[in-house]
Amino acid sequence: MEFFERFAIPHPSIAIYASMVAAGLTLIAVLAGLTYFKKWGYLWREWITTVDHKRIGIMYLISALLMLFRGGVDAIMMRAQLAVPDNKLLDSQHYNEIFTTHGVVMILFMAMPFIIFFMNFVIPLQIGARDVAFPRLNALSFWLFFMGAMLFNISFMVGGSPDAGWTSYFPLADTDSVGTNYYMIAIQIAGIGTLMTGINFMTTILKMRAPGMTLMKMPMFTWSAFIANVIIVFAFPVLTVALAFGTMDQLFGTQFFTLDNGGMAMLWANLFWVWGHPEVYILILPAFGIYSEIISTFSKRNLYGYKSMVASMVLISVLSFVVWAHHFFTMGQGAMANSIFSITTMAIAVPTGVKIFNWILTLWKGKIEFTTPMLYSILFIPLFTLGGVTGVMLAMSAADYQYHNTMFLVAHFHNVIIPGVVFAMLAGLTYYWPKMFGFMLNERIGKWTAWLLSIGFLLAFMPMYVTGLDGQARRMYTYSESTGFGPMNMVSFVGAAIMAIGFVLIVYNIYYSVRYASRDISADPWDARTLEWATHTPVPHYNFAITPEVASSEAYWDYKKKNHELYKGDYEKIHMPNNSGIPFVMSCIFFGWGFSLIFSLWIPAIITTIGIFVCMTLRSFEKDHGHYVSVKEIEDTESELRGA
Amino acid sequence: MKVDHSLPLEYSTEENQLKILGFWIFIGAEIMLFATLFATYFTLENRTGNGPTGAEIFEIAPVILETILLLTSSFTIGLGVHAMRLGRKKAMMGFFIVTLVLGLGFLGVEIFEFMTYAHEGAGIQTSAFTSILLTTLGTHGAHVTVGLFWGLFILIQVKKRGLTPETGNKSFIFSLYWHFLDVVWIFIFSFIYLKGLL
Repeated sequence: MEFFERFAIPHPSIAIYASMVAAGLTLIAVLAGLTYFKKWGYLWREWITTVDHKRIGIMYLISALLMLFRGGVDAIMMRAQLAVPDNKLLDSQHYNEIFTTHGVVMILFMAMPFIIFFMNFVIPLQIGARDVAFPRLNALSFWLFFMGAMLFNISFMVGGSPDAGWTSYFPLADTDSVGTNYYMIAIQIAGIGTLMTGINFMTTILKMRAPGMTLMKMPMFTWSAFIANVIIVFAFPVLTVALAFGTMDQLFGTQFFTLDNGGMAMLWANLFWVWGHPEVYILILPAFGIYSEIISTFSKRNLYGYKSMVASMVLISVLSFVVWAHHFFTMGQGAMANSIFSITTMAIAVPTGVKIFNWILTLWKGKIEFTTPMLYSILFIPLFTLGGVTGVMLAMSAADYQYHNTMFLVAHFHNVIIPGVVFAMLAGLTYYWPKMFGFMLNERIGKWTAWLLSIGFLLAFMPMYVTGLDGQARRMYTYSESTGFGPMNMVSFVGAAIMAIGFVLIVYNIYYSVRYASRDISADPWDARTLEWATHTPVPHYNFAITPEVASSEAYWDYKKKNHELYKGDYEKIHMPNNSGIPFVMSCIFFGWGFSLIFSLWIPAIITTIGIFVCMTLRSFEKDHGHYVSVKEIEDTESELRGA
Repeated sequence: MKVDHSLPLEYSTEENQLKILGFWIFIGAEIMLFATLFATYFTLENRTGNGPTGAEIFEIAPVILETILLLTSSFTIGLGVHAMRLGRKKAMMGFFIVTLVLGLGFLGVEIFEFMTYAHEGAGIQTSAFTSILLTTLGTHGAHVTVGLFWGLFILIQVKKRGLTPETGNKSFIFSLYWHFLDVVWIFIFSFIYLKGLL
């Protein structure tokens, strides 16, 4: 009986049991549906084993949207709990688990895959490549991320979720519960996948650009993604090590973050933020890239200050590694360290300001079209700037003693992440939707969504600045009426509810557009400027029949307006990689490995470790050089796509 | 698969070039990983709690032996890659076998060293210092272990399939990995052992 006890949830509640039933029923429904419609073979051949960057991208997108709703439900529960003083909706333990999973899920399992979805789907098309450098590694990256995310998500049903915040500071996190194990191991598995994505895309962008595309002729999104990938390659190994230390402390009794025998809890905070601070730039830089594409497209102008855009991103990437200690100004590191990190932190506002001015100057004299993606981009500029200004306030280490660990901080980072990253993702989603699926999302519903999210966002987070300055601490699960925080928190709850309506509208928009949107659209419905619009919709699996030749960062625009010749020469046979089941199987074994370690099941842990190495060995011995698409097949596909 | 014979075997196809660049970037990530371990080591090296200090447990003789074994193996794998470029399969395999045997010797001495530490009461749970010491050495040792299997599998493939652009590429990348482990060891030797003994 003792064996099974550790899988039980330590703090059960009706809500958890209800969600267990719901999860179980959904799983049964999906399995039954797949069997009934005989889709198992299709799923395996076309999706699970795929190495096509576009399909891997779409799988990232689906995962990210699912996680958006999981994290969103966490958010609504928190706002509902705090809406009135002395609320009894959630108990303190449950609240702790919810804010922890909200943070982890939203940053690592929602925003990261969303960004990587854009990289996967857009970059090879934008640089005129046939696929990424290592297609099979790409599939492995996705499946590792997916298994890591799933492992983390079952935590509230099996064994209990982590409850020490998304930063998981030791010794707060150092408990006997399995929650911290989930945190350490699930993030580790997903993180390995992300690191490989970074290596893959750096190689892709450096080596696979179309002829003529020098580094300074790359479209801005590719530039931003390249820099984000450089940050990934340099920041994620630090996380790998930190999580490994944490895992060893939990499972093997090492003394890294303990309180005696020399252990140093502060070491975790340092390692975590040496990764964690660059991480936010991994998210925001590609978001900036998406805004650059959209603002330039819908202003009908080339991007103002291309070189300064690139330079500012490089500068941001460097600065991102030298600011981490601003996360613990109040933890006693001394005036000198605080001053240095205060200055480096404020310095980030300079290149970011350069970018803001460049977007505004692109709009200046532009012929602006108010499409949904553009609406998000225009709303982004003032809202994000507001968050940037409060960021500079927080960067003042002396003043930070007032803001530290209050709702002011919570308001600040949501104020940069939501208009900065989430709006960019929704703008990019709307922008690239026709390229992915061959129809447009409804513009009217899209604009409603953008406005609802903006208004909801302002209502939800502006009050937090006020209550934060008044001293409402973050992570506090309830408060008494005498504090006077009640009305403001009620406004926040209303704002969160309006945002929730906005997100439901996105689902409705997808449903509505699937049913009613016109399928008769061109490959270039937005009159865009870069190469991804120069191929057919739907995109053939080899992307471009003839590799395009490029002379500027806006090759497709030049092709349309300046008679630039994109495609020279005749069709030639195209080399493409073969599908493979190994990435999926290996990731499943990783899932088993993680689960075994979390619950200290040593025999399965050893078996799965061996299994992982066997997969790698099999892959090493495999002889697979891909296949060729014949000229005949290209001609047939091309004429069919042109006819359609 | 287009093969450009004017280039060295390991660079001769486009796929090979991609793999070599990708592996260099991977080494960049590995440098960050070991850099983090070293940074942690420097942070924790004096936090010995009730356990022994570095000066108390380090012994120079096995460390010198390990260094000689690993540095020599880095030399022999260089000869192996040279032989591969000349197309001399047998010589290449010979040098790779010598490399792996030297690596195995290194690992043997390291295991012996770890047993001595454990015997002297410096286990991984003893103090923050021993935790990071054994983790850093262990991470390097685990890399060597993985390398031994990897090298063995490459040898089998070279024996079966000969020196093709594919096996040449794999051998070259493996040699990069092996040299990298050597570089890491030089840092371990200097900044952990010598610094600790002085």
